[in-house]
Amino acid sequence: MGSKVMTQGSREITFKEAVGEAMAQEMERDGRVFLMGEDLQVFYGGGPMGVTPAEKFFKRFGPERVRDTPISETAFIGAGVGAAICGMKPIVELMFVDFFGVAMDQIYNQAAKIRYMFGGQGKVPMVLRTTIGAGFSFAAHHSQSLYSIFMHVPGLKVVVPSTPYDAKGLLISAIRDEDPVMFFEHKGLYPTKGPVPEAEYAIPFGQTEIKRKGKDVTIVATAMMVQKSLKAAEQLQSEGINVEILDPRTLVPLDKKTIIESVKKTSRLVIVDEDYERCGFASEISAIVADEAFDLLDGPIKRVATPNVPIPFAPVLEKAVIPSEDKIVEAVKQVVRA
Amino acid sequence: MYRQMVTIRTFERKVNELFKNGTLVGDLHLSIGEEAVSVGVCSNLRKVDTINVTHRGHGHCIAKGVDLNRMMAEFFAKRNGICKGKGGSMHIADLSVGMLGASGIVGGGIPHAVGAALAFKMKKTDQVAVAFFGDGASNQGAFHESVNLAAIWSLPVVFVCENNQFAEATRVSTVVLVKNIADRAAAYGIPGMVVDGMNVLSVYKGAKEAVERAREGKGPTLLECKTYRYEGHEIGDPWELYRSKTEVETWEGKDPIDTLRRTMIDGKLASELQFDAVNRDVANLIDSAVEFAKASPSPEPREAFEDVFVSPYY
Repeated sequence: MGSKVMTQGSREITFKEAVGEAMAQEMERDGRVFLMGEDLQVFYGGGPMGVTPAEKFFKRFGPERVRDTPISETAFIGAGVGAAICGMKPIVELMFVDFFGVAMDQIYNQAAKIRYMFGGQGKVPMVLRTTIGAGFSFAAHHSQSLYSIFMHVPGLKVVVPSTPYDAKGLLISAIRDEDPVMFFEHKGLYPTKGPVPEAEYAIPFGQTEIKRKGKDVTIVATAMMVQKSLKAAEQLQSEGINVEILDPRTLVPLDKKTIIESVKKTSRLVIVDEDYERCGFASEISAIVADEAFDLLDGPIKRVATPNVPIPFAPVLEKAVIPSEDKIVEAVKQVVRA
Repeated sequence: MYRQMVTIRTFERKVNELFKNGTLVGDLHLSIGEEAVSVGVCSNLRKVDTINVTHRGHGHCIAKGVDLNRMMAEFFAKRNGICKGKGGSMHIADLSVGMLGASGIVGGGIPHAVGAALAFKMKKTDQVAVAFFGDGASNQGAFHESVNLAAIWSLPVVFVCENNQFAEATRVSTVVLVKNIADRAAAYGIPGMVVDGMNVLSVYKGAKEAVERAREGKGPTLLECKTYRYEGHEIGDPWELYRSKTEVETWEGKDPIDTLRRTMIDGKLASELQFDAVNRDVANLIDSAVEFAKASPSPEPREAFEDVFVSPYY
């Protein structure tokens, strides 16, 4: 992928800074882009997660383009839909994916279906940003991943970056896209650093990136699970198992081709997914490969996902359910043995 | 306004007949009796102003200027339909005339009107957005959240509650304790107004004030129009289970079309002959819309896979 070349020699910034930089650059470039969400202006220095520092957003673009909303998700996500239809490019932030429950109609019936229902009239170029992921003892209402739900509904594009470089390039693409895009940021990735060019760049949707080359087993992973898989791969390498790691980056649209090509090479597949196991991203990838590349496999496909229980509070319980390096290593060994 | 109200009623009677004889499929929610609301409000709007409407939205579409032929073709599930046969009666839209869409979800379109108004304010145009919704939707969170958001941002939007007395089969007085839904405006610090929704001039006057207020940048208004749905919630609805024939007849006695006709004839502003000519003219237009729809091709099955995204994949 081209990104490897572009990252050489770049400065390093955090995932959180990369997300902010993408938005600030697009707001500078396009007057139609504006932000809307809860506590974006000054709280915690700018945004509940600190992604929109006041110096770079509220003070620079003002209250018209950095809008604090009441806690009325249906109204402000729906207003994003209406504003988008009328020519604006809203970026709507909701602190946690768990909160989308109170506004699902606006997402999966309205934003997702308007263009289709109206026979191709109108566009909804809106980005819905939110955080995902466990690991902070935030328990059941602030720790889920849930991107799979939005893959299920036709009409939404689903983006799940795993590195600062991807976060910036994919968010720029999301903002420039003419369709509604769900953009998921893993809380645990926010402080991670990586090379990110200062200039604007867009990473096209639908390109699976090979994050690590290998020949024995293919791992398909998203978000934090890419990072955990990379660490697991080091351990496996020391035991003589050479793992290839793929990150689809956009789950809708999905680049199946690169995944199937990798399976053709390795004949073994493990999918690592922080979302719930049942009907999730991992299940979808399993189904696609079973459907379209069954003959390439030398053994069963293995899913490492969050089991079908809510995310618990106690660290020991939370750790028990979230996919870990150990679980990834174990799953890879199982498919190699099979 | 008379012509528009007659057009709405004639259109709806025609589709009712076509549905009952099996020509049309799906479901239909008729607004017969409520014509004064859509016409009285939309008569205050420009083409570039926008409306968001409900599953009972045929009247609003016609009042906002949606093409009758293409609208009828949509009911016939044809490719030349205004939504290429993908929306049907419950999801009609015509962005070219500012009709931003009907919603099959009660209250679902109200936030979109707020968003449209936000866009107008940010782009510094003097356009106005109108959200039509029913008494039922006034119990939805989407309504309360939207009115509040529009109020705090002082957006150019008019919330028009078409109170037809029933949320499906549930009488409004059993699910709303305040006397008027417009009284709820006080909770959001905006003006609320009640008008006679059976009288198009009364609706026009109230809407004029609300639309002007919005256009002048003075913020939203909640306008409640008290009206009545002569037909059931949907075609085939056994409405005699939740209301009496006498009640329906009492409201029919206040019919908005008859009222306007009588007022104008009494005031010597128009003659019976002129009104009859309008009725005949409209009947012909609806008949030719039916002919247009019948002659339109059906969509090809492959078209089911188009229009999911602006980009080609789905």
